[in-house]
Amino acid sequence: MQYFVQQMVNGLTLGSIYGLIAIGYTMVYGIIGMINFAHGDIFMLGAFVALIVFLILTAMFYSVPVVVALLIMMVVAMLMTSLYNWTIEKVAYRPLRGSFRLAPLITAIGMSIALSNFVQVTQGPRNKPIPPMVSTVYNVGGISISLKQIIIVIVTVSLLALFWYLVNKTSLGRAQRACEQDRKMAALLGIDVDRTISITFIMGAALAAVAGTLFLMYYGVVAFSDGFVPGVKAFTAAVLGGIGSLPGAMLGGLMIGFIESMWSAYFSIDYKDVAAFSILAIVLIFLPSGILGRPEVEKV
Amino acid sequence: MANIAQATREESATPFQRGIKEALYAGAISFGLFFLFIGLRTDQNIRNELILVPRWGLLASVVALVMAGRFLYVAYGQPFMAKQKIVDVASGLLPDSVATRFFRLPYFIAALVAVVLLFVLAGSLDSIFGPVLAGYLRFFRALAIIYALASVMFYFRAFIQAHFSALGIGVLVAYPIVVVVALTLISGSMAGGFQGSLKWVDNFGIQILIYVMLAWGLNIVVGLAGLLDLGYVAFYAVGAYAYALLATQLGWSFWILLPVAGIMAAFWGVMLGFPVLRLRGDYLAIVTLAFGEIIRLVLINWREVTNGAAGISGIPKVSFFGLMSFNVSDPNYIAKVLGIAQSGAYYKIFLYYLILGLALLTAFVTIRLRRMPVGRAWEALREDEIACRSLGINTTTTKLTAFATGAMFGGFAGSFFAARQGFVSPESFVFLESAIILAIVVLGGMGSLVGIAVAAAVMIGGTEILREMEFLKAVFGQDFTPELYRMLLFGMAMVIVMLWKPRGFVGSREPTAFLHERKAVSGAFTKEGHG
Repeated sequence: MQYFVQQMVNGLTLGSIYGLIAIGYTMVYGIIGMINFAHGDIFMLGAFVALIVFLILTAMFYSVPVVVALLIMMVVAMLMTSLYNWTIEKVAYRPLRGSFRLAPLITAIGMSIALSNFVQVTQGPRNKPIPPMVSTVYNVGGISISLKQIIIVIVTVSLLALFWYLVNKTSLGRAQRACEQDRKMAALLGIDVDRTISITFIMGAALAAVAGTLFLMYYGVVAFSDGFVPGVKAFTAAVLGGIGSLPGAMLGGLMIGFIESMWSAYFSIDYKDVAAFSILAIVLIFLPSGILGRPEVEKV
Repeated sequence: MANIAQATREESATPFQRGIKEALYAGAISFGLFFLFIGLRTDQNIRNELILVPRWGLLASVVALVMAGRFLYVAYGQPFMAKQKIVDVASGLLPDSVATRFFRLPYFIAALVAVVLLFVLAGSLDSIFGPVLAGYLRFFRALAIIYALASVMFYFRAFIQAHFSALGIGVLVAYPIVVVVALTLISGSMAGGFQGSLKWVDNFGIQILIYVMLAWGLNIVVGLAGLLDLGYVAFYAVGAYAYALLATQLGWSFWILLPVAGIMAAFWGVMLGFPVLRLRGDYLAIVTLAFGEIIRLVLINWREVTNGAAGISGIPKVSFFGLMSFNVSDPNYIAKVLGIAQSGAYYKIFLYYLILGLALLTAFVTIRLRRMPVGRAWEALREDEIACRSLGINTTTTKLTAFATGAMFGGFAGSFFAARQGFVSPESFVFLESAIILAIVVLGGMGSLVGIAVAAAVMIGGTEILREMEFLKAVFGQDFTPELYRMLLFGMAMVIVMLWKPRGFVGSREPTAFLHERKAVSGAFTKEGHG
């Protein structure tokens, strides 16, 4: 039982990171109906910015309180990745809006290749390790919970609360939901659709940057190729939860996190990704539009 | 009201002023983007700690380059393109197109003279001009050759357009012969000619043709049936491992295993097809992507059979239909049978014709299938699934045949790949490969075989050429490796080509079903399917 709860805790941590990335996928999909393949690399950029900021901080000051350092890393990473995602949307996706469906998908894949190779070229292909930032581990009734895991869950929950508020209670969120339902009608009613879409990309990038910072803090290492696997899994999570649905993305992220940690704990760690992908396929056979997704009604 | 005022102010600004403004704007953004990534580099010091190395000079030059590029585009590029569309008042004609201004007879003659001169002096370039200038001159020579070839193609463009397929096949068949003859003339010996041809036939010819074949195979699934498949490389892997395992374990010949690999890949295509029959669009995309990853992960982890990440080596070569072999130690080695000098190039040239044959087979089957009921059902499915079902087309079998046929060609290409490399490992079958193949299909113009072949040649050949650009070392310093930038440029090229031609290189389609006469229609009239 203890072992099981321990795996639950690990899965929760992992799932939180996936969920944060998945929200970016699902929001962009919901509003313009494209798979933003570059999102995984935006996450990796976030982790890299956090790494560089961490190095600047440790080089400039002798010691920085961990909370302050983490906050600064997160904020700078959010700003930088937002700038990246904003630029990418403007350069690579906006001109193709209204073009045929595969065109933005191809530019997104191209951007993903370009971004990861840009980081490889400018920062070198090696893994970049940092010294552990937080190493406290608590023991609660035989289950070890590290402070890192607590930080991840707290940050995720508070961000989700903020996010829920933004989407459901503000005029910005209303504009986003309106654009999601009908872009043309929203434009006719005076909503600046371009601006709303830009903000959606910025919000997705900011969440991915937080996930990247947490990833760096949790694993203590990042490499240029680290965007792909978490990106694919987060996208899997978004589809599993029902793409376009925000609670679905978080739910899917947590599910993928749980499946992975449980599978590695009870079966074989080699096949944990196979398990996650197979469960995706099985769920989609029975629920073709994800767990919380609304089935698309086709009009003739 | 405010909008109108702003618009007039925008119009009244000269292109030059607008260029300055836009350049400053672009400079600020690129400074923000590159500040941390180019301005600072994370490096490991002796104690294995990460340190930051500032590179402000590089950052400044990159930002300056972006600003200059943006300025030139807004201040001169855009007005020029706008002027191209305005009819001349006096003559009532449109201005000459850029191409006719660019390709002129005097320039062509000058380019030819330069090429001949530089080839005559080739041996003594280094001693006359020094290594740096000689490097530039070689680059200039390459540009002049390209320019001369391009002008010839430009003058005969109508003829080329009319006979594109026949000419293309002719060029492809003649390519290795031309390379060998040309290199023999340059190096002065037969052996040198064959040795030098290795690189051109293998790195360019075979490499591009493999991608052409894969893209044509995927075209059946994506371009004809409209099913978005992001895991096509899985079938390539199945074919490669089928040949690698059966050939090394059972010692079967390539000619038996080629169809076996195709059938196995087709079987896996059906296996993938079943669960995804009900899925549409992006759900289909993610499941196919997951399928590709599952196959790769199984190949990595099923160590007893696949030897894991280390891969399988020592895969036997293809024989010349069992008559001659390409292994030097065999009694029927080709050089011994024919009584010619030993060379590794014969095998490569043979492989070139083999993959050319396989690729043409793919094209032939695709063209014939499009005229058959099943091919028409695919295209109908792409256009409208509901209409298909109401007209009595069995969408299940239609989708499954599309997956199986596409996968079969992937399997053929895979077994060829294994035979060519002599080594397979899961590293060759990553998602990036699927993405590249899909990109080639879309960039070429979905459903257009010619466009796809052109896209493969441009994208794969373009990145391969980067390996050849040794002279860039003279420009950027000795530790500059152009290969490092290969995939970065590839990704950027994907974006730029897509923005320039969202419908791909060939934007028109030949319909298979028509009322009175066959007329090519714009690609915008064909659908891309919902999965």
